[in-house]
Amino acid sequence: MTTGTEPHLNSGGVRSGTRAAIAEPHLRTDRWWLAPAVTAAGLLAFVVYSTWRAFADTYYYAAPYVSPFYSPCLADRCRTMHAGPNADLFGSWWGLSPAIIILIFPLGFRLTCYYYRKAYYRGFWASPPACAVAEPHKKYTGETRFPLILQNIHRYFFYAAVVVAGILTYDTVLSFRDEHYRWGHMGLGTLVFLVNIVLIWAYTLSCHSCRHIVGGKLKHFSKHPVRYRMWQWVGKLNARHMLLAWSSLVSVALADFYVYLVASGAFDDPRFF
Amino acid sequence: MSSYEARFKVWRGDVKGGGLEDFAVEVNDGEVVLDIIHRLQATQAPDLAVRWNCKAGKCGSCSAEINGRPRLMCMTRMSVFTREETITVTPLRAFPVVRDLVTDVGFNYTKAREVPAFVPPAGLGPGEYRMQQEDVDRSQEFRKCIECFLCQDTCHVVRDHEENKTAFAGPRFLMRVAELDMHPLDAAADTGLDRKATAQDEHGLGYCNITKCCTEVCPEGIKITDNALIPLKERAVDRKYDPLVWLGSKIGRRRT
Repeated sequence: MTTGTEPHLNSGGVRSGTRAAIAEPHLRTDRWWLAPAVTAAGLLAFVVYSTWRAFADTYYYAAPYVSPFYSPCLADRCRTMHAGPNADLFGSWWGLSPAIIILIFPLGFRLTCYYYRKAYYRGFWASPPACAVAEPHKKYTGETRFPLILQNIHRYFFYAAVVVAGILTYDTVLSFRDEHYRWGHMGLGTLVFLVNIVLIWAYTLSCHSCRHIVGGKLKHFSKHPVRYRMWQWVGKLNARHMLLAWSSLVSVALADFYVYLVASGAFDDPRFF
Repeated sequence: MSSYEARFKVWRGDVKGGGLEDFAVEVNDGEVVLDIIHRLQATQAPDLAVRWNCKAGKCGSCSAEINGRPRLMCMTRMSVFTREETITVTPLRAFPVVRDLVTDVGFNYTKAREVPAFVPPAGLGPGEYRMQQEDVDRSQEFRKCIECFLCQDTCHVVRDHEENKTAFAGPRFLMRVAELDMHPLDAAADTGLDRKATAQDEHGLGYCNITKCCTEVCPEGIKITDNALIPLKERAVDRKYDPLVWLGSKIGRRRT
């Protein structure tokens, strides 16, 4: 039997006047809410953890390891790290945790990242919550206006992220020392740092802006064979951008947590040699 | 060969109103949703309106929403559903309904006309075009589009906001702009047409918030978001938001 025979009262969206008169905002029967819920929970967990660690201003250095949240350390209040990423650019007037100075760059990179945009637009803003599921907002202007028009500066955060990844690579090299700064040693922390830096580079280079800069902007690949090869290589990484975004997010938090455990004395770094 | 009786809810009505009508209908091994809709027409609802043509996922006619998901009826196997499931089939919900499962997709033809056509290069006649395969690979992916308009239907920019239909071309036609801008022989720039800037200014690229539903529903598996919309956004950034690229173009770097 037929149910509901009235046309819409033009209440907007899928219930606009001339569209099929279906009262439900969506008719999906699968668990469409699961992906945005898991995404939101994962991002929220990272936000809570990283906020705590960024403001903690303690237990971020245990020779030879420096937490990726505090590298480079740019204030006078930073702990001295032997040959480490210290650069007293901000002097003694900076009273907050030095992590906040540098975290703005990786944070901006991830906040404007094309994958994370999808993740938080769906997970937090329900715009849309899932495909063909009506969003709750009356008005939508996308990324045409302030503040979301600022998403267009993603490539500048990419440039900054390359510099930060370079510094974290230096930190990983430094982790091949022992606690007395002698070279040629390795501990479990070195392994954690190695995995982290590989994932950080893979995520950074798989960026859509990077793909555009290395070759995507070209009209004629045939005239630029080297850039074409680079574009193909970045494209292969780019296809796994979501996976790399999550795995590098987890690895950077784990690397920081490892340093926290060692620095706070809760755990002794097992040395391999 | 096994068969069973499935429960269907099919939307019936027109612009004046309508609703979901219940059916119990025979299903056989290997059938797709469109087969069942045809069986309904043949046995229970001879006046059921449905648009279809090739039954092979190549004409893009039988787009509908099955259990709330935009899909081609001819490419949706009945075996993806359990036998106990009630299967709901409705018309596309982003466009005005004509009757039953048929919608008016004229919006898409309007938007198609708004995209300036390929501009032939000066000095080359028909049959004289020469292109390298690597230069046309990107555009050829977009040429797989069968214009089923499932991406246009699922895109929340117009699906949930009727008022955006004027300003926003939708993923299918932004992909067309990307295709032409990446085309090795398109000479639009020589005529003063900057497709990178007009994508943003005239076709509403900024409305896209890259939530990838267009890619999810594409029956041809075209990576619309990653390969067309995001590269087009980056090209628009080159023109409108990147002072370094702007400066480079002003001091006369070579064309790419």
